[in-house]
Amino acid sequence: MTMQIMEGSIAVAETVRLCRPQVISAYPITPQTHIVEGLASIVADGRLDAEYICVESEFSALSACIGASAAGSRVYSATTSQGLALMAEVVFNSAGMRLPIVMGIANRAISAPLSIWNDQQDSIMMRDSGWLQFYAEDNQEALDLHILAYKICEDHNILLPAFVCFDGFILSHVYESVDIPDQEAVDAFLGEFNPYQKLDCNDPISFGMYATPEYYLEFRYEHDQAVKRAAEAFKKYGKEFGEKFGRDYSELVTQYQMEDAETVLIAMGSICGTIKDAIDEMRDAGKKVGLLGIRCFRPFPSEDLRALLGNAKRVAVLDKNVSLGAKGAVALEVKDACYGMDLPIYDYILGLGGRDVRKSDIKNIVALAEEGKGDMFYGLREEVL
Amino acid sequence: MVDRKLENFDCGHRACGGCGASAAVRMILKGAGENTIVVSPTGCLEVFSTPYPETAWKTPWIHSLFENASALASGIEASLKKQGRLGKEKILVIGGDGATVDIGTLCISGAFERGHDFTYICYDNEAYMNTGIQRSGATPYDADTTTSPAGACSTGNNRPKKDLPQILVAHGSPYVATATMAYPMDLMKKVEKAMNTPGPCYIQVHAPCCTGWGFDSAKTMEIGRMAVECGLWVNYEIENGELVSQKKVKRVPVDAYLQAQKRFRHLFRPERNEAEIAKIQAIADKNAKKYGIDIE
Ligand SMILES: Cc1ncc(C[n+]2csc(CCOP(=O)(O)OP(=O)(O)O)c2C)c(N)n1
Ligand code: SF4
Ligand SMILES: [Mg+2]
Repeated sequence: MTMQIMEGSIAVAETVRLCRPQVISAYPITPQTHIVEGLASIVADGRLDAEYICVESEFSALSACIGASAAGSRVYSATTSQGLALMAEVVFNSAGMRLPIVMGIANRAISAPLSIWNDQQDSIMMRDSGWLQFYAEDNQEALDLHILAYKICEDHNILLPAFVCFDGFILSHVYESVDIPDQEAVDAFLGEFNPYQKLDCNDPISFGMYATPEYYLEFRYEHDQAVKRAAEAFKKYGKEFGEKFGRDYSELVTQYQMEDAETVLIAMGSICGTIKDAIDEMRDAGKKVGLLGIRCFRPFPSEDLRALLGNAKRVAVLDKNVSLGAKGAVALEVKDACYGMDLPIYDYILGLGGRDVRKSDIKNIVALAEEGKGDMFYGLREEVL
Repeated sequence: MVDRKLENFDCGHRACGGCGASAAVRMILKGAGENTIVVSPTGCLEVFSTPYPETAWKTPWIHSLFENASALASGIEASLKKQGRLGKEKILVIGGDGATVDIGTLCISGAFERGHDFTYICYDNEAYMNTGIQRSGATPYDADTTTSPAGACSTGNNRPKKDLPQILVAHGSPYVATATMAYPMDLMKKVEKAMNTPGPCYIQVHAPCCTGWGFDSAKTMEIGRMAVECGLWVNYEIENGELVSQKKVKRVPVDAYLQAQKRFRHLFRPERNEAEIAKIQAIADKNAKKYGIDIE
């Protein structure tokens, strides 16, 4: 293993190269730009034998991926925020067509007001689309999850597209030391793209037919079943990944200091790093706090969470998104997963539009949860209160 | 050579009897030949040909959305290229006028600008038929549709047809043509030519719709020919920006064509609307001059 210090986006681009997509189709948007620029130069330098389509919009970026995937190629795209919103129709459609497309999401807030900074509203708004959604805590996870995503998506028992989400700027633009795996190891892990069906003049089939009320419900059921099956596939291939590359991904939920934790924080993405540091300090001060990091948001690991929360006294969910008029999306899922358990679950909406979240904030939130105060926006400027 | 025996569009689909679009598609596939992958946007054609689990397509076919067929074609082209299949297999989009001149123009413009090797054929039935005869950018002047209804303050659609062929000529397309299902050999030959011309090619095909235009379903061919004979539809070819052929006619006034269709009925009752009919005649005259179709 050779560790290299690299910008997150470049590490992602280098890893995508190792996955050997034959068609890349993407449109630049901050903070995803360095990934598509990185891939463009990788192709221009002959380090990856791929067609790179400079589309005129994100809408066409993902549409071209549908065409290329259906024609029998492994494909890649990346976007964020407004780009993902523009793609919305294609996001749902590509999932329904059951095409194993992998797309990197450098998470960013949604306009209005315009904000280029990080939160997770963009991928969260696509939670009902039938794409798998994986969230990285650091740059190493961002690149490992790309490799794992291809493995899961292309399994003929799954056949679904996946977002690999990593926080914009916080991960995409940060230099961290990462292990970029060997090409041979990635080749051995992924194998060549083996489409379940493809557009082929020797074996003509029709893709994307419409369904009457006699069939539509069953299509949705089978899609839902496939998303749910992806949980087992994630664990299986995550374990295999660990055996090959030395980093285990056999869990959908990561744990930190959970053995005797009374207050359990639940979060997704890079914020987990800050939370771990805060937990270390709180543990030194005698507080029994632990963390569950949601690595796989779709499918949602409800059963895993229930099992892990058996001894908790209270839960604080940190949401970098909000379903306006309701709660944060993660909290809603956690409450559903824990329905019937005698366990208070508090939601904290924080860090939206790039607002910094510090260790002191994590400690304040734990104190609020201990007082039974939650279901709130955390860290608001006083003038709006 | 066009293989007239080739039948890649099967019978039993659910188009209205006398549908100009379905007849056009049958001919288009003969012109395109074997080893053609077809992309269709949402619209009448997609709906009448592929209710799951039935399909009328005997050649590979894909539908994704209403506006993204040319982006799909771009991706298919890139994929075939990478697999060494491009050339052996060809890509053909067949979409309605709404999908083409309105909602899909961004994707078409992008794909033509990038120069992908595919052919785009618009079957032009001059409105959104699948959703109930609403106006599109290809609806002719004064046509009565459900969103451009004729009424006390309206003579129907108040804009002329958008000239998408010229827009694609401006993109540098090597082959842009117009055709009609009423002249089958001409249509098939143009399709064959487009499919064998490298780069993005475009053909707009007049496809009379008995349901939407309001005429007897036995008269589809006749209506198609009348459009050409009065100069409201011109068949031409533009290669690398140069007009290389046009169908010349001994032009007749537009009246008979208009009178044959319910969508123009309001121009004749309760009395003849001379002013509006004169405006439509002026459109035909302008077409004739622009493309030099008049036989002296
Ligand atoms: C984004 C989106 N907007 C609207 C529709 C509804 N819609 C489906 S087909 C259609 C009209 C199709 O018109 P055209 O392309 O001319 O084909 P035709 O039905 O006339 O053959 C419309 C408006 C849709 N499917 N998707
Ligand atoms: S409405 Fe018109 S275009 Fe649609 S199937 Fe009927 S005749 Fe054909
Ligand atoms: Mg139409």
